[in-house]
Amino acid sequence: MTAASLTAARSFAATPVRPIGSVEGQRAFAFRHAGKRFGDKTVLDGIDLDVPAGQFLAVIGKSGCGKSTLLRLLAGLDRPTSGSLTFGVAEEGHSRTRFMFQEPRLLPWASVVKNVEVGLTGIATGSEARHRALDILGEVGLADRADEWPSVLSGGQKQRVALARALVGHPQILALDEPLGALDALTRIEMQQLLERIWIAQKFTAVLVTHDVAEAVALADRVVVISEGRIALDLDVPVERPRRRGSVELARLEGKILDRLFG
Amino acid sequence: MSLALPVGKNGIGWLLPALIIAGWEVASRAGVMPANVLPAPSAVAEAFWRLMLSGELIRNIGVSTARALAGFAVGGSIGFALGLANGLSTLSRGLTDTTLQMIRNIPHLALIPLVILWFGIDEEAKLFLVALGVFFPIYVNTLLGIQSVDPQLVEMGRVYGMDRRALFFRVILPGALPAIFVGLRYALGIMWLTLIVAETISASSGLGYMAMQAREFLLIDVVVLSILIYALLGKLADSLARLLERLSLGWHPAFQNG
Repeated sequence: MTAASLTAARSFAATPVRPIGSVEGQRAFAFRHAGKRFGDKTVLDGIDLDVPAGQFLAVIGKSGCGKSTLLRLLAGLDRPTSGSLTFGVAEEGHSRTRFMFQEPRLLPWASVVKNVEVGLTGIATGSEARHRALDILGEVGLADRADEWPSVLSGGQKQRVALARALVGHPQILALDEPLGALDALTRIEMQQLLERIWIAQKFTAVLVTHDVAEAVALADRVVVISEGRIALDLDVPVERPRRRGSVELARLEGKILDRLFG
Repeated sequence: MSLALPVGKNGIGWLLPALIIAGWEVASRAGVMPANVLPAPSAVAEAFWRLMLSGELIRNIGVSTARALAGFAVGGSIGFALGLANGLSTLSRGLTDTTLQMIRNIPHLALIPLVILWFGIDEEAKLFLVALGVFFPIYVNTLLGIQSVDPQLVEMGRVYGMDRRALFFRVILPGALPAIFVGLRYALGIMWLTLIVAETISASSGLGYMAMQAREFLLIDVVVLSILIYALLGKLADSLARLLERLSLGWHPAFQNG
């Protein structure tokens, strides 16, 4: 992302419109006093969150704390009712935000590669789309399943296809809504490693909503805890990669977050 | 465990009809079954051959098939169009669905006296009845199919930037297709049923007419032949629908082991 593209940031604000003024590093997106209300229920309130491009951010919270709403705002599925959300301008040939759901949500009537091509809607068609889809399928280790139906894949494989679909358009921001929640423990760790590897290779900004604290500290550069619609903790995870699961450092951070959640 | 029958998977369905016909022939020859109640299969085959040679059978099958398909095309396309419209637009559904559900509860064959008064015994009468008969299964199942498309997939399509056209052709229509095929197979059954009833009551050609003529002249072998031909035509239509289903629903787990 170039610095010039950021100054012309597009705004997604309710009131007031606040473009990002000066360029302090390269920013992927920023929430400014952002809030979201549904009727008289306040789901998010006064969120200030500044995320530099390329960061891996994990968002943790108990069910109903507003973390999924945060992600929906980010993906443009909802708009903030107060404050603002600003983005850096999308680069040529890139999609801005891609969303990975809790469920794979693959089209059962389209082959694996056609499902991945859905991620190129409006970006590429025909043989170029197929080419790019096959490339990314290779990266998630499913190149040989390209022409099969989704129904013959296992849960972990389906979620890998969904990851390929999310990444094939080279998004600047990848929003992940507990995408590994339904997988068994071993497949889950495999997927986490795959996600980390692709994130390092493609340098997108990742926002992972999860309720698994161990997953958050294993993957993220930074962990944000949301409680009752507010940011309760904003913690850096300054641990070198590759990280060793179960190391003392990670366990200490995990403890700190759990204290905050239940303390 | 599977039985290693030489007839194969498709052949096995024909085993029972073949046994019934063989038993029937034996019963007729032995005099258990009098010929004026039910003629022997060989007698029916003879009638078949006679009518084939005179060209009468082919002509009547042709006339009936043409009527059936014309009525099916008219009623089926209106039903499909309305099913799509009402599945996609709440306004359209609000406007027409109540009316359609009321009409659906009238047995369409109950309209025969009225239809004869309107159209006489011409082609229009049969076309109208068949069209009305096939309309509802197609309409109801198309509507149901569209309403039962997974909303999570629709949301996914929107998030990934599909416009309305892409959303319809890539998500909604394929999702509704299994239900639409159920409607199609129902409609094909109703198509023959309606046509035969209509032809039996009022016609001057066609299979139903052929059977009624034969009754007048006590040609019981021809009556039985007509009934057998109905069974075969119905089976043929259903097989065609299943073939189409198999070709277009290859992704569906139910069709992956066939």
